[in-house]
Amino acid sequence: MNTSNDARGFRPNRREFVETAVAGAVAGALPSDAQSPAAPASTECTLRVNGETHRLDLDPRVSLLDLLREHLQLTGTKKGCDHGQCGACTVLVNGRRINSCLTFAVMHDGDEITTIEGLARGAELHPLQAAFIEHDGLQCGYCTPGQICSAVALLSELKAGAPSFVTPNIADLKPLELTEDEIRERMSGNICRCGAYVGIVAAIRSVAEGQKA
Amino acid sequence: MRSFVPDYELVVAARLNDALDMLAEGWRPIAGGTDLMVLFNAGKLPYRKLVSIRRVKELSSIEESETEISIGAAVTYTHIRQHPVLRQEFPLLCSAASWTGSIANQNRGTLGGNIINASPAADSSPVLLVYDAELELISLRGTRRIPYCDFHLGYKKMQIRDDELLRSIHLPRKTENRRSYIRKVGPRQAQAISKVCFAATARLRGSAIDEVRIAAGSVAPVPLRCHATESVLRGQSISPDLIETAANAIAAEVQPITDIRSTRDYRRAVTANLLKQFLQTLA
Repeated sequence: MNTSNDARGFRPNRREFVETAVAGAVAGALPSDAQSPAAPASTECTLRVNGETHRLDLDPRVSLLDLLREHLQLTGTKKGCDHGQCGACTVLVNGRRINSCLTFAVMHDGDEITTIEGLARGAELHPLQAAFIEHDGLQCGYCTPGQICSAVALLSELKAGAPSFVTPNIADLKPLELTEDEIRERMSGNICRCGAYVGIVAAIRSVAEGQKA
Repeated sequence: MRSFVPDYELVVAARLNDALDMLAEGWRPIAGGTDLMVLFNAGKLPYRKLVSIRRVKELSSIEESETEISIGAAVTYTHIRQHPVLRQEFPLLCSAASWTGSIANQNRGTLGGNIINASPAADSSPVLLVYDAELELISLRGTRRIPYCDFHLGYKKMQIRDDELLRSIHLPRKTENRRSYIRKVGPRQAQAISKVCFAATARLRGSAIDEVRIAAGSVAPVPLRCHATESVLRGQSISPDLIETAANAIAAEVQPITDIRSTRDYRRAVTANLLKQFLQTLA
């Protein structure tokens, strides 16, 4: 779909055979200074992932998403579009949701990362995980880890009073009311191609209302 | 979808001076990464040496003085959206921040990055134009301030040298009694890039327009402050005739193109309609 040096699947730690196979084909399309692929110096960093400390020596080209999936084998976080549009790779960094495909792992030295694997307490599901099951907030399930991580952040953003596009008067610093519009707007970065949105909104609403009570 | 990136380095700068040293040696800055990572993943990021400026404290705070609010270049959209003074005095900026990307993008994406990425479709740019923003650029040689309206010279061409870093965005605190209006037109609010984004402020004296600022994005090679349309309106009282004349003026002033997201004619018509809607709110 793109120019010849796109989408060649170069991954430092796997599929070396692909790399070897395409290297010849790609070399001609690259600037001459790129033809000797000397790996850049690796960078040491420490990340806390789901409460566990990982001391890593990382290639700076590794995205946070690839680190989670392919270095730490935490494959709950999904790769959908890999350019920040679908939300399947949403994780929490220091409590805030981000798209893990749009950031390099080495930029997160010292950060606390929470993925879908880090939400349950042993056999006890996180209330949002239970609510997604209860309200059929999924069909194929591929977007679900991102949806749930996003929803966890949504609930804490609501508590903090962060306004959104549909918050009636942005200059008004009153406490927020949780309407379905607010849930839909705040979840709009997470796309579900099965269209389980009705269940997703219901699941989030049930947990938010349970927390209020 | 990972590009072939054999020759590429990234260093995280801890202090402003470290980042400036590296820029002087030819490194390029990366802040939130929400634009650059898309290029990187597609194999289209031309820079080989990146210095991350996200950890630089001086770039990550919003300072208030009596005369202006200064937003560090690496302040995120989330920080802007939630800031009480910005919400009360510069609500258009908070609105634009709230529909730039998704909340996950707003947690990483920065106002400075949006400016330097220099997309003519950036949602924050028309807002910065109507608020008379000034940019502060810094390098090892010192700092300079330039009005934002002079910053974009042409498509992705800016008044910034390779060794300079955007340090902060200054907004003069003179928005009292101004009426303001903002609207983004696109397929959906979250994620979608605008077909047209429009921002305006005005102050009335009696029924006459005493002061007016109008700007639009996605309608020219650069974010456009619509000076010609403003001069049609200044000193006049709102009437159906004036609204029609101003709509014709802005349709002539914008220079949109037809691209993947919209057509030239649609963008021109929508910009004129948005101006009409704004003027009707003043009547």
